[in-house]
Amino acid sequence: MKKNNSKLLSIIATVVMAIVSLIALFPIISMVLSSFIPSSSLMRNGISFSFPWSELTLSNYTYIFTQSAEYWTWYGNSLWISALMIVLSLFFSSMVGYALAMYDFKGSNLFFVAVVFILMVPFEILMLPLFQLMIDTMLIDTYLGVILPGVVAPVAVFFFRQYALGLPKELMDAARIDGSTEYGIFFKIMLPLMGPSLAAMAILQGLGSWNNFLWPLLVLRSNDMFTLPLGLATLLTPYGNNYDILIAGSVMTIIPIVILFLFFQRYFISGLTVGGVKG
Amino acid sequence: MKIVTNPVTPVPARKKQNKLVRFLNSKKVVPFVFISPFVLSLLLFTVYPAIQGVMMSFQSVLPGQVEFIGMANYERVFNPTFYRAVSNTTLYVIFTVLILTIIPMILAVILNSKHVRFRNIFRASLFIPALTSTIVGGMIFRFMFSEQDSAVANQFIGFFGFDSVKWMFSPWAAILLMVLLASWRWIGVNILYFLAALQNVPDEMYEAAQIDGATRWQRFRFITMPMLKPIIVFVSTITIINGFRMFEESYVFWAVGSPGNIGLSIAAYIYQQGIQQNDMGFGAALGVVLMLIIFVISIIYLIATGTFKKEGR
Repeated sequence: MKKNNSKLLSIIATVVMAIVSLIALFPIISMVLSSFIPSSSLMRNGISFSFPWSELTLSNYTYIFTQSAEYWTWYGNSLWISALMIVLSLFFSSMVGYALAMYDFKGSNLFFVAVVFILMVPFEILMLPLFQLMIDTMLIDTYLGVILPGVVAPVAVFFFRQYALGLPKELMDAARIDGSTEYGIFFKIMLPLMGPSLAAMAILQGLGSWNNFLWPLLVLRSNDMFTLPLGLATLLTPYGNNYDILIAGSVMTIIPIVILFLFFQRYFISGLTVGGVKG
Repeated sequence: MKIVTNPVTPVPARKKQNKLVRFLNSKKVVPFVFISPFVLSLLLFTVYPAIQGVMMSFQSVLPGQVEFIGMANYERVFNPTFYRAVSNTTLYVIFTVLILTIIPMILAVILNSKHVRFRNIFRASLFIPALTSTIVGGMIFRFMFSEQDSAVANQFIGFFGFDSVKWMFSPWAAILLMVLLASWRWIGVNILYFLAALQNVPDEMYEAAQIDGATRWQRFRFITMPMLKPIIVFVSTITIINGFRMFEESYVFWAVGSPGNIGLSIAAYIYQQGIQQNDMGFGAALGVVLMLIIFVISIIYLIATGTFKKEGR
């Protein structure tokens, strides 16, 4: 009797989760499918349960690969900005997190409290003065203007600090005896040990900047500087004159990410749930 | 290893170093070198703009001509469009908090139970929407919720006998669209928070309760829920804060001009006034008001849920 009961529960629970998962995946699957039908059909019917299987075509993709230089400019911009963002922010944030974890220095606690407090200031109050600052420093409409304000990410600093706290300090002493400088210890010994946390933060920063919208929307003014989200947003007009690029283009912005996710799930998850790490 | 065989060699090497290197390498200086880029960027990109933002809200900012105008910007803040933005944003916050706390909690409890198979597949599929940008996600939603009878949303309600709805043009549906988009994107992340918290609930508590004859519901209500309380507070707090800052969910459906402002959020209003109308002073005043709203509501919420009480004891 009890065994039957638990078997039934197991079936119900699994079915419920399967349905919920399907609902979550439905928009993505239907987007991928819709990228293989003519955009005129998509515009006429929207995304529909009755999928027009007879209209399948590769025309959106041939168009985007042969006719749409604009899209690839945006793709390039997004790649550059995300890559720079990852490299710079990992470099600076890991240094800070490491220093906070490994050295006792004057004012480190006060510093920590100040950071937490500053973290609570919403971006919306910063964005207009920052925008003004970018105009004054001529960084408007440049990669650097998009990247700089985000380079030292407090979340990443916390994450690195947490991770570095778990590293063996004896290694540092051993290296000191060996004549290594403090900087040498960091770059040659400790940084490699922080590998997993670097991977998680690379993903957090990369994904954040790949998908970022509001700040690039303010900084980037000309079409050939746009990132993918900005460029795609310009195609989102009710007239539908660019839907062939829009939908196939959107698929190509998320498919690489989904593939990366399937390979590096662990790092994605620890990166994206970093808010839960308590100091 | 080296450490044992020749611990003396570094000393002559160190003598060669000049004073500057020795100074930079002293344990007192090193941490400050390490944190200096952070301090610099914090001052330049957070502290300075924050102060500037508050100043701006008392100014009229025109190119090459900035003057203090007292409270004039704040007097203009409380207008019908602002009230519309506040009520839209508040509704959005209420619904996202309810959906993004309750549903992930239930799904996490189911996923955590021994009964479910293919757990990792389900977890991954629920997480995948978090990888899309709001723009791409919103684009898909626009096609799913387009006004034709043949679009998914209208087909679905049609199945229950309802007439087709012009989703992007009716006030209640506008809020619904934004809430659904945000919920779809964030559910997987919140499930992970709850799953992490559930791992910390000791199995013995359930076993003891089972021996005492507690029902499944009682076990959930009196063991799981209290154990999950910190994470419930955490998840709902970040959802409230992010909710009041909502911008992209509104932008992707209507850019900045929704009919009758049905989709206008506070952040979208700041963008509209500060950047598009170039009225930076007024935009900054809106920003300050938004910041105060966020501070006050989060503090009230944290007090009401008793988060501060524990630390006081």
